[in-house]
Amino acid sequence: MITARLLQGGGALRWTLLVVGLVVALALPWFVYPPIATDMIAWALFAVALDLLLGYTGLLSFGHAAFWGSSAYATGLVAIHTGMPFYVAVLAGALVAAALAVPIAYLSVRRTGIYFAMVTLAFAQLIYFVANQWRSVTGGENGLQGIPRNLFGLDLSDGFYFYYAALPVILLGLFAAWRIVHSPFGRVIIAIRENPARARALGYSVDRYKILVFVLSAFLAGVAGGVYAIGHGFASLQEVYWTTSGKVVVMTVLGGMGTLWGAVVGAGIIVQLEDYLATAGIDANGIVTGAIFAITVLLFRKGIWGTVAQLLGRRRRDDRDAEPGPVRPATTTEEHADAR
Amino acid sequence: MDALLQQIFTGLVSGSFYALLALGLSVIFGMLGVVNFAHGAFYMLGAFGAVTVLDTIGVSFWLALVVVPLVLAVLGMVLERTLVRRLTSLDPLYNFLLTFGLALILQDLVRLKYGVSSQPYSRPDLLQGSFNLGLFTYPRYQVFVLVFSIVVSVAVWLVLSHTRIGMIVRASTERPELTSALGVNVGRWVTPVFGFGVALAGLAGVLAAPMRAVNSEMGGDLIIVIFAVVVIGGLGSVFGSVAAGYLIGMLTAVGNFYVPALSQSLVFILMALVLLLRPAGLFGREESMS
Repeated sequence: MITARLLQGGGALRWTLLVVGLVVALALPWFVYPPIATDMIAWALFAVALDLLLGYTGLLSFGHAAFWGSSAYATGLVAIHTGMPFYVAVLAGALVAAALAVPIAYLSVRRTGIYFAMVTLAFAQLIYFVANQWRSVTGGENGLQGIPRNLFGLDLSDGFYFYYAALPVILLGLFAAWRIVHSPFGRVIIAIRENPARARALGYSVDRYKILVFVLSAFLAGVAGGVYAIGHGFASLQEVYWTTSGKVVVMTVLGGMGTLWGAVVGAGIIVQLEDYLATAGIDANGIVTGAIFAITVLLFRKGIWGTVAQLLGRRRRDDRDAEPGPVRPATTTEEHADAR
Repeated sequence: MDALLQQIFTGLVSGSFYALLALGLSVIFGMLGVVNFAHGAFYMLGAFGAVTVLDTIGVSFWLALVVVPLVLAVLGMVLERTLVRRLTSLDPLYNFLLTFGLALILQDLVRLKYGVSSQPYSRPDLLQGSFNLGLFTYPRYQVFVLVFSIVVSVAVWLVLSHTRIGMIVRASTERPELTSALGVNVGRWVTPVFGFGVALAGLAGVLAAPMRAVNSEMGGDLIIVIFAVVVIGGLGSVFGSVAAGYLIGMLTAVGNFYVPALSQSLVFILMALVLLLRPAGLFGREESMS
């Protein structure tokens, strides 16, 4: 909301942000080890996809690894068996993720609030067990190995060049998320977040909107997961495990829910931090991630971007915002009635 | 047929753990409106607690069954007072995320201290060997777990339904504002109830120590199964979550008997069916539906 207003209010700021963002994206592999840079942009799109649900629709999906991971497998399988350009493989993977999201969304939107989080988490675990058991296709615990980076015969074995091959796909995904949020459809999902009962009274089929945004989000998560799989050359069970779902949630929450930019920042920070811990030989990812969760949720619920935007916004005009994301105090809204 | 009966019995034993964990989860949820993601971590701590007190000061299984849950109850109450309490007036999602973070921290701390391999813990002498249950023989310890969990569940239910404390807790769960308007200090009960729920998880953990692999990851996957169980049973209902616990344990075992490939997935498939046919849960009330 805050970003939306800033973007609408200040044309100059909006363009400045966009240009800065693009410059950073283009310059990234000069400053960061290229494979890590690719991880960053893949996770950034994943976190933005989650933000569509968490920040803009007020639905916490705790099972998004299902879509990231199923696309990683599907992308890998298409790349291995058809030898098509990896763009096609990623598109195929994302479509698989979206198709998988249809039944999961249909069932999950039957519950709201905290139940939605538990149900999506449970469905993702189902996908995990299927991936674990379906060894002939996924490779089970060995994972799916030897995923090639095909692109019209270009040599992408250097991570530096692969980054620039992958970047357009990610930017397209980010642009799609931005378009979704700033479309009439985006206004409806925000209305659903703020007051589902009123949205329904206005004639919007709340469940259908939720399903649609869930599937769109799964598609974008699939694009990100596909790029990630091509970048790493393999897809493992880790991609569909619940820790991956938790990781993308921490990125979005740390960056700031309901801001899009925040999810990108959060992804960058977490990937960089994990890389730092790994190179420093500190084996305590759980403690670090857990602590970030606890501190963010206890101390700055708007996340990094939300907090910065609020400080800027306060200078610009009276602060009359609702907090971003599902930050309303728990009154007798529909969600809460169900959560009880 | 005997093999199937034995399988059902095994299912009920797994169901004992589901029931105890779901019970603690739903008591906490009822009183605080918090879904405690760290519940699986407290279960894991319960098992490690039993191992640790035996190894360090030689405390027996029977004593651990009392001491470990009490210690965990204190830990739970401290966490409620210092952290969880700050977020209970906000959207329940925040406490879900907070307790998820706590679960990651606890799990990682235990992994760093004990490594990833499982800790050995032998059955108490009294429960070695097996019972002859007529159609089949069954390990004594497993029979004990089943009976003990039923006794605990019934005791909790009796306390909730027949005592003054239970009445206050139920009233605070259903209509917190009205209950405080009638002069009951609802806030006073929040911390003890949270501690009690955590103690139940710890109790399940101690029970698990002699028969399950005791390692830092034992609670992580289990808590997700418990979430599915409470979605099936209806989280608001104490009876529903316990009944769903045993029911799911049994159905999973039967499913496993006929279609072994489904063993781990079945609970989630059952959840999907319940969402399709009865979204409020088997024992959930209509008013909890949107």
